[in-house]
Amino acid sequence: MARAVLTQADIQRALTRISHEILESNRGGSDLVILGIPTRGVILARRIAETIARIEPDAAPVPVGSIDVTMYRDDLSRTRTRTPQPTEVPAGGIDGRTVVLVDDVLYSGRTIRAAFDALSDLGRARAVRLAVLVDRGHREFPIRADFVGKNLPSSHDERINVRLVETDGDEGVAIETADGEGEAR
Amino acid sequence: MNHLLGTRELSREQAVELLDIAEDMAAVQEREVKKLPTLRGKTVVNLFFEDSTRTRISFEAAAKRLSADVINFSAKGSSVSKGESLKDTAQTLQAMGADGVVIRHPASGAPLTLATSGWIDAGVVNAGDGTHEHPTQALLDAFTMRRRLHGAASRGRGLDGARVLIVGDVLHSRVARSNAWLLPALGAEVELVAPPTLLPVDTRRWPVTTSYDLDEALGRRPDVVMMLRIQAERMHGAFFPNSREYARTWGLDDARFDALPDTTMVMHPGPMNRGLEIAARAADSPQSTVREQVANGVSVRMAALYLLLSGERGAAA
Repeated sequence: MARAVLTQADIQRALTRISHEILESNRGGSDLVILGIPTRGVILARRIAETIARIEPDAAPVPVGSIDVTMYRDDLSRTRTRTPQPTEVPAGGIDGRTVVLVDDVLYSGRTIRAAFDALSDLGRARAVRLAVLVDRGHREFPIRADFVGKNLPSSHDERINVRLVETDGDEGVAIETADGEGEAR
Repeated sequence: MNHLLGTRELSREQAVELLDIAEDMAAVQEREVKKLPTLRGKTVVNLFFEDSTRTRISFEAAAKRLSADVINFSAKGSSVSKGESLKDTAQTLQAMGADGVVIRHPASGAPLTLATSGWIDAGVVNAGDGTHEHPTQALLDAFTMRRRLHGAASRGRGLDGARVLIVGDVLHSRVARSNAWLLPALGAEVELVAPPTLLPVDTRRWPVTTSYDLDEALGRRPDVVMMLRIQAERMHGAFFPNSREYARTWGLDDARFDALPDTTMVMHPGPMNRGLEIAARAADSPQSTVREQVANGVSVRMAALYLLLSGERGAAA
């Protein structure tokens, strides 16, 4: 059974607010790099960068890229082999810049922990921030998001299903109740 | 994937997936930190019953860049020269906790025996067995061609429509065999050209065409010309009169090279016999992919080790 939580318009509003918050906390768009975590984080990262460009049309565009964490996961020998996705770091790298990591759902925090390892292999960021569309709780690491689209308290056996036009054809966030699997995404 | 024994049993999807992962690995090779933590705590044994410095160091670099521990075992001066059997060697490696075994062996089928015997649980990568297969070499050849043809847009693609000419000692070449299976699976057309004495007796079941005249075959304007090494160590019969005659009839000499369009890729699996199967001018030209092949070899072997050793053992077929 699925219950819709966010519509396409809700997602757009949340991303607009997150974009404003990023600009506010960074005091503008200078020295920002936005990196999405594949698959849907990359799409959200691009949308945030576009929104920032609309909010501050006179500033230089914020570089946007992707960071794949597959090779850095701590559960590689516990699940079936995962197919890695491309990592694309914008020219100019991340050294000395503020990196905003973007993902669709924040759950155990293990993906973000892996992203920290991946980031440190790419260079030394001045600061790392985290933006997520949905925070569903149940953290297993001391990790917290700086920018949250929607807090969505959930139980372990529920599934948060994020659909975006670019990957899924339609758009929305729904909670699906247990039919076997309990993992997000 | 539990083992990588040959390219014959690889589907197009599996091959493209491996090449795509190799693209990710190649991107890592361009960073300042060239290492990934992916195989931390895993042990890879390079089990070499035949000399091959190039392939061994390529596998060694691949395993080390994925943070695996590497043990090199070469048969020379080891227990094997004292008469130990493959079974006993394998059981020794099992007892040492090997997660992956990269094996090169003069006997065709030795990797298959190792993988299916039940002597070890480790994932087996064939690094060349007799005159049978050398799958990672063919995969790195395909990767090199795909990158030259499609550049940054390589991901997800095969080699559809590419025409590849493989020249020389096909009879003794496991590289030719692995390419003869892999490249057509990726959509390429493969033609083998060699003296009749250096072609296998029956190639009817291979997805390739064969011919006997190099100049005619070059006249058909292939996209890729792959020269095979004359393997002096395997030339125990009268396959051709002498090396000068071979170079004149079957070598990519200056005249033949100059007649090729400058878009034709010239490939060689190395080590090259300059002046025999390939002239120095062809080998050192911008059309030559020889050095790219070496660099790409590490990326492709990283991808193979990742696919074999990262998932839960036995979970995927």
